Amino acid sequence: MVSGPAVKIRFEDVRYAYGGVEVLKGVTFEAPDRAVTVLFGPAGGGKTTLMRLANRLNDLVDGTRFSGHVLLDGEDVYAPGADVQRLRRRVGMVFALPLPLPGTIRENVTAGPRLAGQRDRSRLDAILERSLERAALWAEVKDRLDDPAARLSGGQQQRLCVARSLAMEPEVLLLDEPTSGLDPISTAKVEDSLASLKTECAIVIVPHSVQQAARIADRSAFLLMGELVEWSDGKDLFTAPKDKRTEEYVTGRFG
Amino acid sequence: MAARSRDGSTIARAPGGSSPRGSTSRSRALGQRLGFVLLGLASLVVVVPILLVVITIVAKGEAAIDWEFLSAMPRSGMKEGGILPAIVGTLLLTLGTALAAVPIGVGGAIYLSEYARDNALTRSIRLAIVNLAGIPSIVYGLFGLGMFVLFLRFGTSILAGSLTLAIMTLPIVISTAEEALRAVPTEFRTVVLSLGGSRWQAVKTVVLPQAMPGIITGVILGLLRAAGETAPILFTAAAFYLPRLPHSPFDQTMALPYHLYVISTQVPGMPESVKFGTALVLLALVLSMNVAATVIRRRFRRKRTW
Repeated sequence: MVSGPAVKIRFEDVRYAYGGVEVLKGVTFEAPDRAVTVLFGPAGGGKTTLMRLANRLNDLVDGTRFSGHVLLDGEDVYAPGADVQRLRRRVGMVFALPLPLPGTIRENVTAGPRLAGQRDRSRLDAILERSLERAALWAEVKDRLDDPAARLSGGQQQRLCVARSLAMEPEVLLLDEPTSGLDPISTAKVEDSLASLKTECAIVIVPHSVQQAARIADRSAFLLMGELVEWSDGKDLFTAPKDKRTEEYVTGRFG
Repeated sequence: MAARSRDGSTIARAPGGSSPRGSTSRSRALGQRLGFVLLGLASLVVVVPILLVVITIVAKGEAAIDWEFLSAMPRSGMKEGGILPAIVGTLLLTLGTALAAVPIGVGGAIYLSEYARDNALTRSIRLAIVNLAGIPSIVYGLFGLGMFVLFLRFGTSILAGSLTLAIMTLPIVISTAEEALRAVPTEFRTVVLSLGGSRWQAVKTVVLPQAMPGIITGVILGLLRAAGETAPILFTAAAFYLPRLPHSPFDQTMALPYHLYVISTQVPGMPESVKFGTALVLLALVLSMNVAATVIRRRFRRKRTW
């Protein structure tokens, strides 16, 4: 992150309230392109909300108040007339729990392109293989692509969900604690695949531990009770935090 | 089990040395057993009528059932021949009911479950559905007469009868279908949206297929009720005696429940076996639909992956 990489997503004074409770209290923050940005902090800090705002998944939630801007490549994703479906194809999301759709492995991975109207069989097969390769799952499932996705192990299901997002060739990949339910081996596989994925897109991830954050971060931001306490490039937040609260959290004094 | 509890009470008495405690626990065990017996009897009470009904109808009606009874027109004042027009009439009325009630009911359920926000309009729609379910069937019959037979000039016809039955069936279809749709985890919808799909795509590709067993069950339950009803078709579709098959939706028709009513109360000297035979056919029709619903539900559920 030396020569100032291009900004992919910029959150600008984002305030968000749900049922009268302020979840985000004016967050301003940038995620660079082709790097892993880590959003960490204790539960209830607004990490998930911030991610869901980036691809407008909270649009259908009632009783919310939102102000500020979310800019993707400098364009406001909440601008009137902005194409929400196109946004969600550009900004993929993987959830904390593996959520395979009903159906086979093949159907899951190709779901996005098929929803977008892709019908060409050989095209879909190519997407299927490439996405599973990139999610480090191809070798394990290539002989049973038409098995139900639900028959995979938890770790495999989560990589399947990563593959499903990658099938859309997203410019940004949002990962909300993607390894929270996984064993260390599966976690390592997911982390490894992130390292190669970041050469192709911007990754924003909520890690499931401070240790994981420190392992994978190119840039990290500490979110506490809806407030962005501080952010920095590299691993500075974990080795030399400036704010006392950050220090206390990364050294394990609370959280 | 019984032996152990008897032993247990003697052991319980020993350390405390107080006999009252033992007798309390024994009487408690006795009370519990009595309770189970009473509850068991209560559930038996449910089984007895259905067994009696089925056994009586099969025993008395079975003699009437032969190929002619199922495939011929009634003859000599319905005392002889078959009940084909009534069977066909009931099937057609049920089919007509399905054609009207399924698209409207399932469509309404999709709207309520997937699109409607919680506002005054939605609440009043729900209130209407609940109240629609509580209206006596004869009132539907009168409504059908006024609305479809007279005002829309459909005449006494399969069309008017089917529409009347459809309105009666709608609340069952809507509420069971909505329940089935709501039972599909929200996360599936979120995933489809996050992949750039539209809300309708989420419904069409994931939610509806997953809810299908529940919806089918609801539809069949609703149709079962429609197939067996007499009051709603009394003024709107049913013919007292019409020994031919209907030619168009605007024809009157005989129907099993009404035919049963007619031959049981309006025609003197009707042979027992014909009455019970007719009841048996109606019962078999309804029960086989019920079995079909169960089979379909099972088959779909086995394919479910969550």
